[in-house]
Amino acid sequence: MSILVNKNTKVIVQGITGRSGRFHTEQCAAYGTQIVAGAVPGRGGTDVNGIPVFDTVAEGVAATGADTSLIFVPARFNAADSVMEAAAAGVSLIVCISEHIPVLDMVKAKAYLKAGNFDNPFIIPNGPPRLIGPNCPGIITPGECKIGVMPEFAYTPGNVGIVSRSGTLTYEAAYQLKRLGIGQSTCVGIGGDPVIGTNFVDVLRLFEADDDTHAVVLIGEIGGTAEERAAEFVKDEMTKPVVGFIAGQTAPPGKRMGHAGAIISGGQGTAADKIQALKNAGIAVADSLASIGETVAAVLT
Amino acid sequence: MNIHEYQAKQILESYGVRTLPGTVAETPEEAETVARSLDCNRYVVKAQIHAGGRGKGGGIKIANSLAEVKQHAETLLGMQLVTPQTGPEGKRVRKVLIAAAVEIKKEYYLAILLDRETSQLTLIGSEEGGVNIEEVAAQTPEKIIRTQIDPAFGLTEFQARAFAYKLITDPSYRPIIPNAAALILSLYKAFIGCDCSLVEINPLAIVTTDNELDIVALDSKVNFDDNSLWRHPDIAEMRDPHEEDPSELEASESGLSYIRLDGDIGCMVNGAGLAMATMDIIKQNGGEPANFLDVGGGATVEAVAHAFRLILADENVKAVLVNIFGGIMKCDTIANGIVEAAKQVELNVPLVVRLEGTNVELGKRIIAESDLNVQQAEGLSEAAQLAVTAANSA
Repeated sequence: MSILVNKNTKVIVQGITGRSGRFHTEQCAAYGTQIVAGAVPGRGGTDVNGIPVFDTVAEGVAATGADTSLIFVPARFNAADSVMEAAAAGVSLIVCISEHIPVLDMVKAKAYLKAGNFDNPFIIPNGPPRLIGPNCPGIITPGECKIGVMPEFAYTPGNVGIVSRSGTLTYEAAYQLKRLGIGQSTCVGIGGDPVIGTNFVDVLRLFEADDDTHAVVLIGEIGGTAEERAAEFVKDEMTKPVVGFIAGQTAPPGKRMGHAGAIISGGQGTAADKIQALKNAGIAVADSLASIGETVAAVLT
Repeated sequence: MNIHEYQAKQILESYGVRTLPGTVAETPEEAETVARSLDCNRYVVKAQIHAGGRGKGGGIKIANSLAEVKQHAETLLGMQLVTPQTGPEGKRVRKVLIAAAVEIKKEYYLAILLDRETSQLTLIGSEEGGVNIEEVAAQTPEKIIRTQIDPAFGLTEFQARAFAYKLITDPSYRPIIPNAAALILSLYKAFIGCDCSLVEINPLAIVTTDNELDIVALDSKVNFDDNSLWRHPDIAEMRDPHEEDPSELEASESGLSYIRLDGDIGCMVNGAGLAMATMDIIKQNGGEPANFLDVGGGATVEAVAHAFRLILADENVKAVLVNIFGGIMKCDTIANGIVEAAKQVELNVPLVVRLEGTNVELGKRIIAESDLNVQQAEGLSEAAQLAVTAANSA
C-alpha cells in the first residue's frame, strides 16, 4: 500500500518532447512507472521511445486510459493552462513539476480545478482532480512508481511517509532513512510556491488513512502558515507519529529564499513560530538537518 | 520586485486611482521647479527609497514655501536615510517626490494581497490608516476588514461598494463612498493588469481641496510577482539597481539564487531548502553564514564558477562550505565543476566540501586527487564543524 500512486498508475506526460520532459520520462519509465502517453500540441502521431504522443491530453487519455498527468511544460508555455487541460481531460491526479509559473495564473488554475466545466463526465463521481505542485519534485512510491524528478537511489520501500515543500531536503531525508534501514511508503513534494494544489494537511490525512504508513516526516520551511495548519491537524486528528523539520532559521525577513513561497513577511512565517507550533502539537522536531533520520528512528522504536 | 513610491503612484494613476499632484525630482532645483508647477502653497517632500518607516526616519518633510522645498530637497538628496526597515547603514536617497500637501480629514489602510491559505486574492482595509498595519492586526484584529476575491469573477462592483461602506463608517463622509468604491476597483485592475504580488495604499485619505471632499492615495507600495516580469517588460525596466545588492542582481541575471547575509562562511548548495538548512546547521555549530546560494539542479562548471566568484566577492568570507546532494546531477560532474571553477577563480580561503549521492566515491576521489586545498567532510555535522573551525582560525 501507499498513497496516491502505485504500480497500476497510468501516466500521460505533458511536454514529453522537451529536454527535461524527455529525460525524466525515460528515468520514470526505467523505474517501472507506466508511462502510457505524451501530449504536445502539434506532435500528435509521433512517439518518444515508443510512447505515443497526442496533440491534446483528452485524446491521450481517451486512447490510453491514463489517470495521472505529469507536467514538464515550461512556465512561458503557459504551464498553468496545461494543468487545466489535464483536469478537463479527466485525469484524477496532476503532478506539475514546472517552476516559475505566474502566481495569478495558478490562482486561476486552482479555481478551475475546484469548479471547472470539465468535458469529461467521468470526473464527477470521483470529485475534482488533485494537483501536486507546481514547482515540486513530484511523487514516488518506492519500488513501484516514480512520477517526478527525484533521484531513485535515495529511496527504498518501507513504512514512513514523507511530505515536503523542498526537493533536495526530501532526498536528503529519504537517504538518511535509507541508510538507517528505514524505507518509505510514499514521498510527496508539495512544492515551494505560494499557491500549490495539495497542502500538508491533505497529504497527512492520506498518510493517516494508509495502513502501510506507520510514521510521517514533515519537512517545512519559512513563509506562509501551512506548517501551523499541519500542526493543528496532527494534534486534532492524527494517531501516527510525526517527525518535523523546518528550514530557514537563519533566513532574514523580507527576502525570498529561492522558493517563491519561502519568505518571511510582516513578521509572519518564521521558522521559530513553525517549530513552536509543531512542538506544541506533540511533533518530534529534528533540531538539525543531520538528525532527521535519527529522530525518525527514535519515534519508530 | 519592488519599485519606488513615485513609480507606484504613476502606475496606480494610470489605472484610475486618484492621487495628489506631484512629480519626482533628482536635484534641489528640479524640486523647486516641480513645486512651482503644483497649484498650492504647502508641499510635502518625500525621500524615495525601497523601505518603509520613512516618516519615522525623517525622510518626509512638509514645506510652506518654494524655498523650503528646495531646502528640504537639499537635506534629503544624497543622505543615508535610516528607518526602522533599512538597517543601521540606511539607504542613500537619490530622488525625492514633491507633492501638494492638503488638509487630511481621515486616514485609512487599503491593500490587495494573496491569501495563501485560500489561494485567492484578498482585499484588506482598516480605519486605522497611516500606521503599521501589522500592529493593528496583532493588537486590534477587529479593526481589519477583509473581502475574498473569487478569481473566476474578479472583484465585483457590489463587493467594492460594500467594502467601502464597511471601511468608511462616519456618516459625514457618505458622499465619498462612490469614489472610494471606484478607487478600490481601480486598485484591483492595477493588481491584475500588472501581475502584482502586493498593492498597498497607506494612507488612503479623505482630504479637502477647495472645500470639496475627495479620497486619494497619499502613499502607495506596489510589489510584482517575479515569475510574471517577463510579460511586463515596461515594469521590469522600473527596477532601480541602486536599491539592490549588486551581487544579488548579478546572481539573478545569471539564474542563480543568491542572498547576501552578514556572516563569514560562504555557502554553495544545490536546492533552496537544502541551502536554507545548510545555513541553519552552520549557525547551530557556532558559525554565521555569509550567504544563501542555490546553484540549482543542473550545476554546470560555469554555474559553479560563477557561484564561487559571487561568494568570494564578499570580503567577509573566511571559509566556504559546499554542500551538494547529487541526484540526477552526479557527484563526479560536480567535483569536476568545483576543481575547474577553483582554477578559474582565485580561491584564497579554506574550502570544505560535503558530497553525497550518485557517484559520491568517484566525486570524492576527483577532489582528493586535485591539488586543491580542500577538506572533505563525511557528514553534514562534520562539514559544518570543519567550516566553522576554518573560519574561526582564519
